[in-house]
Order: sequence, then C-alpha cells, then structure tokens
Amino acid sequence: MSPVDTLRFATRAALGYPQRTALMMLAMSIGVAAVVMLTALGDGARRFVVEEFAALGANLLIVLPGRNETGGVNPGSFVSSTPRDLTTDDAASLLRLPQVKRVAPLAMGSAEISFGGRLREVMVLGTSADYVDIRGFGVARGQFLPREDFRRASAVAVIGETIRAELFGNQNAIGRMIRLGDRRLRVIGVMGPAGRGLGMNSDELVLVPVATAQAMFDTNSLFRIMIETRDRESLLPAQREVEKLLGARRQGELDFTVITQDAVLGTFDRILGALTLGVAGIAAISLAVAGILVMNVMLVAVTQRTGEIGLLKALGASSRAIRLAFLAEAALLSLAGALAGFVLGHAGAWAIRLAFPTLPAWPPDWAVSAALGTALTTGLLFGVMPARRAAALDPVQALTKR
Amino acid sequence: MAQIELEGIERIFRLGDSEVHALNDVSLRIKAGEYVAVMGPSGSGKSTLLNLLGLLDRPNSGHYRLEGRDVTTLSADEQAAVRSARIGFVFQSFHLVPRLTAAENVALPLMLAGVPVAERSARVQRALKDFGLESRAHHRPDELSGGQRQRVAIARATIMRPAMLLADEPTGNLDRATGQEVTALLEALNAAGTTLIVVTHDPAMGARARRHLLMEDGAIRQDLRSTPAATPDPS
Repeated sequence: MSPVDTLRFATRAALGYPQRTALMMLAMSIGVAAVVMLTALGDGARRFVVEEFAALGANLLIVLPGRNETGGVNPGSFVSSTPRDLTTDDAASLLRLPQVKRVAPLAMGSAEISFGGRLREVMVLGTSADYVDIRGFGVARGQFLPREDFRRASAVAVIGETIRAELFGNQNAIGRMIRLGDRRLRVIGVMGPAGRGLGMNSDELVLVPVATAQAMFDTNSLFRIMIETRDRESLLPAQREVEKLLGARRQGELDFTVITQDAVLGTFDRILGALTLGVAGIAAISLAVAGILVMNVMLVAVTQRTGEIGLLKALGASSRAIRLAFLAEAALLSLAGALAGFVLGHAGAWAIRLAFPTLPAWPPDWAVSAALGTALTTGLLFGVMPARRAAALDPVQALTKR
Repeated sequence: MAQIELEGIERIFRLGDSEVHALNDVSLRIKAGEYVAVMGPSGSGKSTLLNLLGLLDRPNSGHYRLEGRDVTTLSADEQAAVRSARIGFVFQSFHLVPRLTAAENVALPLMLAGVPVAERSARVQRALKDFGLESRAHHRPDELSGGQRQRVAIARATIMRPAMLLADEPTGNLDRATGQEVTALLEALNAAGTTLIVVTHDPAMGARARRHLLMEDGAIRQDLRSTPAATPDPS
C-alpha cells in the first residue's frame, strides 16, 4: 500500500465515523486547551509581578549594614565584633563610582509630628534628593528634598498625602512650619499618590534630609543605602565595585551586604514559577483524562472494526499495512485534536487578556509543546496499540469477530 | 499437478476443556478450473475447510500445497501476498466496507497490492461495467440492494484475477431470483477458467456444480462428480 493510499484510506476512515472523530477531537482539544489556558494564566501572573518589579527600578542595588552570610574567621573578626555602621560618608563616596547614577542614603525612625494642635506618630525617612527618582515616586505639590550635601541638615520636610490630609485638611500645606520630634521643619512638598513600593507606603511617610533625621534620632548610622546604576548591564560590576569600595573604607572588613533588586525579584519569580507549574499540573490531569478518553474511543473503534481488519487481511493486506493505516488514522485524529485544542487554548488566553488587560496571559512555550506532545503521544499510542493486536489476529478470527 | 492438494489436514478448536475436531484427516485434490460445491450440515467443517483453502486459517497438522508450493509453512505476510494474488473471497454477508463507495470497495485489493492509481481506476471501471454496476459506482453499500452488494463483492474478489474463487454461502442472504443471478455470475467466471469452490446449504445451487463434496463431522464423506450442468439459465 503506497503512503498516499494509506493516508487517503486513513482520512476516509476518520471522516467515515464523524461521531467518534468529533468525540476524540473534543476530548483532545479540551485537554490541550486546558493546559494552554491555565499555564497562560499562571505565567501571566508571574510576568505581571515581574514587570511590576521591573517598573520599580530593575537596576537597583541595596546596601544593608551587617553581614549576610556566615564566613570563616578573618582578621576583622578579631578587631571588632559588632558591624560598623553605614554612614553618609559611605554613601557620598559611592557617588564617585562610574557605574553609579544615583545614591540615596536612608535613615529611619519614628517621631511625633504636630501642626496646629494636631499630633500623630509618623515614620520618618531621612534621605536625599535622588530618592524620589530611584523609587519612581512622584511629588504632587511643591518640591522634593533639595539637592545638597548629605551632611547638611536642612530644616525641611516632604509629607505623604495621608499626613497632609490629617494635619492640614483643606488648608495649603506648602510653606507651613511643622514640628517633628524636637525640630521645626518647613513643609516644602507633598508626595503624590502612593507608588508601588514593597511594604513602604509613601502616603504615611515624612521625608526629611538624611542629616536632619540622623540628628533627630541622634545617630550616625544609616538604615540602608539605595544605589541606582547606569543600566542593567552595569548592575553586577557595580555590585562588585561597591563591595570593594566600602570594604576598602573599613579596612577590608565586609560587615555589610550588597543585594540586587534581581535577588528579590528572583525569589518572587521562583514562587510564581512554582505556581505556574502547579497550575500546569492540574491541567496535565485534564490532559491525562483526555488521553484516557481517547484510549477508550480508539479501543471501541478498533474493536468495532476488527471485522474490517479481517476483511483487509483476506484481501491480501499485510499486518504492516494495517498497522500503518491505523497509525495514520490515529495520527490524523490526534493532530487535528491537538491543533483544535491549541487554537482553542490561545483563543481562551486571548479572552483572558481582553478581560484583564494588565495580565500578560501568554502560555509559555514549554507548556504548549508539552501539551501537544502528550496529546499526540497518547493519541498515537492508544490508536495503534489495539490495532496492532487486531492486525496480529488470524484473519479468520478477525473476520468472524463481531 | 493439481492446483490444490490437501494432505492429512487436521483442524482442532479448543472450547474450554473439550476439543472439537473441525477437520479430521482431510485429503483432497482440486484441479485448476474445477467447479466444486462443498455441502453438509452445520458444523460439519465446510467453512473451516474453505477458510483453510483461503489461507485465512492454519491447520494444526497436515500439508496444503497450492500450485505445488507448501503454503502452510509461510509467514502471515507471505500468506497475505498469496491471498492477494491468487485467491478471491465472496462472503455470505458481503463484507463491504460501509464508508467506502462501490468503486472504492472494488479498488481495495488493488490499493492493498500497491497498483498505481491510473491503472487502478481503469480496472475498476472495467470491472464495474462487466458486473453492470456502472451507475452504482459512487453509491455506498447501504444505498445498494443485496444483489448489487454481492456483485460489488464479486467484482472485488475477481479484480486481482485470482486463480481460485472461494464463496461461503454467496446466496445465503439473497432472495431466490438475485441468488440465481449471482450464481450465474460465479459460474460465468468459472467458465472463463477460474477455479470455483462454493460452500452452500442450498441443494439447488449445489446441484449445479460438477463436483460435490459432502462433509460430515469434519471429514469428507462423499466426493461425487457429475456431468457438467446445463448452461446456467437466468430465469
């Protein structure tokens, strides 16, 4: 039997039993579509979070005081046991590095704010002019902290929207003097609506120059130093340079930690990747169910057609020709079903994107290829296995079997 | 040399614990061009004999030489090749493939043998014309009458120009007039030189054959040769 004849015979057979073909294609396409759609959803969620992070400033380095990992004994261990503070001089020195674009030292504490008899406790963040750009926050009214030396304790403050509303109500806040802790500061700006920041809500924050905050809390240390590099490529070189520079400033003792935004991002990426995998697992179950349905349909189909197999043998068909014909038929059916599922799944993902425009619901390639591969494999396997058995029967047995 | 030589053929079926001797030491020689009717009560082994002659079944012991070649020892696919080239089958229930048209059913053996499409359609056209089925070429079996179906089956059985035609109750599912029509068709093919072996219950049909094998309990009880029957009358 020539390949063209085999294919034509298989096509006729597939089309000759429309109900079975439709049933099998339905099962197959639902399985594949489930995988494509669910993974699109999971991966869309992952991508959504990753992109949100990227918007927040992907080329960000954060310097924390203290050691991150336990190392062996080094000379520094004998000199001091407590980590040395990060200082504004450290932060200023970082500005000299070529890869560094912006530096914002952070000092934090809480203080009482008061204006016109109203009091409340607020988080005070001492930082510098670049902070607003590094975090991508916006200033709604007035201006942000002035660009000046980190050591200069100007008596100004920028307040969050919630605090402005609570203290000033409908009054204009710009230019007013407030009391913060033991200092009197002039309000020079109001932050815009909260930017997306991890756990830090700019609405309830009072921002002051870093030296002002340090004086207020009577400390020289910094809570953190945020560094923005020139571009993504210089992130890792900058991390090394920052470590080298700060290390040199403290006689080789690395009692600080430099982490990248990517490290935080990577954690989320892994968590959500696992979520996608879990969803894919659920989808795989539906694919397996589809496979079992396909197996049943093919089993019944081949059993019904045992007589036909017997006839073909009586007419001189070799076992190989029969196996090939059924293989081609199963291949056609699974291919059609898988393709239908592929189209259906993409249509579903498209509908999700339409309904939730912020969610980039694109199925990942690995899930699509796994779904198609599984569908084709089960279709072929379960199509061919019963046919092989029927082809191996004596012709007379196959002929008389009903 | 006879076309068909059977020697000590045994065929045993196992049904649970008991063994059924469907064929018991059958020896038989049939020459090319003979017209043989196999008759006998149900369960006498007629169909088993026909299946063995058609290489659809294998004997438990004994030898079957077809045209001088021992075919019992051939592999399944070698037997399929012999069936394809030398043997045509006509079944009681026609065994047409329901989803294929008459022409496609007739073309099946040619397709399985790998005959090119152009030659195939020419031969199918001729066969359909010979059997008066031209107008039915593109009808499916369920759109054909019983007689037409059996004619399609006969066209299919003879399309490879086999040396022998094996018919198992070819008129069993047909009314009397159509049955005679089909019988006449088979006899015409036999007259053209094809060996014709018919299994039948119908004494009228059996009487028309020139040789009668009467079977009973898996053995041939009688082997009668009669004078050639009168020219088939198509009434």
